[in-house]
Amino acid sequence: MTAIQSPARPAKDGAVPSPGRREAKQKTYKIGYGRWWWALPAVVLMLMLIYITTATGAFYAFTDWTGIGDFNFVGLDNFKKIFQTSELTGALVNTLILAFGFLIFTNILGLLFALALNRTLKSRFVLRTLLFMPVVIAPIAVSYIWKFIFAFNGPLNQTLGAIGLKSWQHDWLGDPDLALWCVLAVMVWQSVGFCMVIYLAGLATVPVDIEEAAVLDGAGVVKRFRHITVPMIQPSIAIATTLTLIQGLRVFDQVLALTAGGPAGSTQTLGTEVYQQAFVFNNFGFGASLALVLSVLILIFTVIQQYATRDRL
Amino acid sequence: MFRYSKKTLVLEIVTILGAIVMLMPFYFLITTSLKTGPEVLSGSALSFPSSPTFQNFVTLLSPSSDASGAILNGLLYSLIITAGTIIGLIVVGSPAAYVLTRSTSRWSNRTYYLFLIAILLPTQLGIVPLYVEARNLGLTGSPWGMIVVYTGVLMPLSVFLYGGFFRRLPRDYEEAATVDGASRGKVFVRIVFPLMGPATGTVAILAGLIVWNDFFTALIFLNGSNYATLPVAMYTYVGGLVSQWNLIFAVVIISMVPILAFYFFAQKRFIQGYAGGLKG
Repeated sequence: MTAIQSPARPAKDGAVPSPGRREAKQKTYKIGYGRWWWALPAVVLMLMLIYITTATGAFYAFTDWTGIGDFNFVGLDNFKKIFQTSELTGALVNTLILAFGFLIFTNILGLLFALALNRTLKSRFVLRTLLFMPVVIAPIAVSYIWKFIFAFNGPLNQTLGAIGLKSWQHDWLGDPDLALWCVLAVMVWQSVGFCMVIYLAGLATVPVDIEEAAVLDGAGVVKRFRHITVPMIQPSIAIATTLTLIQGLRVFDQVLALTAGGPAGSTQTLGTEVYQQAFVFNNFGFGASLALVLSVLILIFTVIQQYATRDRL
Repeated sequence: MFRYSKKTLVLEIVTILGAIVMLMPFYFLITTSLKTGPEVLSGSALSFPSSPTFQNFVTLLSPSSDASGAILNGLLYSLIITAGTIIGLIVVGSPAAYVLTRSTSRWSNRTYYLFLIAILLPTQLGIVPLYVEARNLGLTGSPWGMIVVYTGVLMPLSVFLYGGFFRRLPRDYEEAATVDGASRGKVFVRIVFPLMGPATGTVAILAGLIVWNDFFTALIFLNGSNYATLPVAMYTYVGGLVSQWNLIFAVVIISMVPILAFYFFAQKRFIQGYAGGLKG
């Protein structure tokens, strides 16, 4: 990266008269903004730890490497295997369900809380602080709390029993049809405060007078929301949806702590499969190809997202 | 116009009820951690402990218990790794972002974009080769290796956050300082960096939270070593407990206390860091 040139700015360079007090000694000053090599450590770290590793990972995806010794090129065999193994295609579907469920529910709940806590409510500052609290806690700690809530004689079933809904009681995490939705609930619960804060920042930019003018013109709550709030918080919507989608696609901690992929692989995601293939079974090449599938998914959805949420006022 | 009316009161009550439902897990967490083992097994999961006790915490943290070593070590190494990464991100990231945003050369612009793209690049793909590379260099299973890895992986975030702030900083201070005879290094260390307090705070909070709470990378790099961070230590320890929720929740609370204390101490900064930092 020696090509970064000295960042001296020609426009501002040049002779500046010295403010010398004793004598008018002519001296030239060069206004410098650092040296180019100040950026070198950061650039080297980034290239080595992000770009080179990512490129190497994409390379391994086409091999049968086990982590030690030699490897063979296997072409597209890894990918064929992924799409022919039902557990892995299941993991792919689960990942998409979790990511989109997470995107939809977290944003709706976050936006609702943000709208409610935007102004006038007396308890708004306290509630904002409390609702953001789950965001700062480790996902794995959150997962343990919920594992207890979902346990067979845990709080959820006991509450259902107490209010006469005994038939609704389930072995929540042990039921292959329900476990995935439980994982989703935990993810949503933890990130509602995160979306709320992004939407609150957006709502703070909506001027009160515009809303007041709309009220005077006879616009109801829905109309005001649709025609004033939504267009003005467009940047927040773009950021919140992009981040939740990426976060949802990468889900790992919650699954490992809540169900470890079970029961019967019904909650496996691409994130947990990458971990198991690469680091538990030592199938580095195969794990890398799974990671490549996940990465391509993330890239595709990020690009689509950018187009979908671009300013369309 | 938007005064506190009856409607607002209804909204307030509904919102508070919604928030209470959202916060219920914390009630279960705290009450269960204060119960005894038998009470957790036989009593109602919803009730308040009949005689609240801190026995679970004492059991966990007393030197004689088999868990205290792992948990205290986890706290220590989480702290070292988080602090080391934050320092690395500030020391390496801020001058890089400064040079890249102040310079108008084509190359520095391109390099800056390289950092921005790296933020979007999914980390999963790199994690396998990163692990292999780190293992070959002997960086796995060591706190220093973790600091290097986290610093590198989070560097784009740091450069991006600092870059946003530097772009908005007027050049007048640097010009004045240069005219007064300060060297480039001095201008940065004494003038520019102190003005960047909010940026440094945002980097420290965002990166600190990511590192402190990270489980995936820490599990891969540190599992089975003597330097497991708190999330990994917790995962290992909880794996050996079957339904001893009182003990599990005591561990969970111990792992949460430092970060929550920090959050309530600097909550405005936290929330601004998230809202402002992510907007760039």
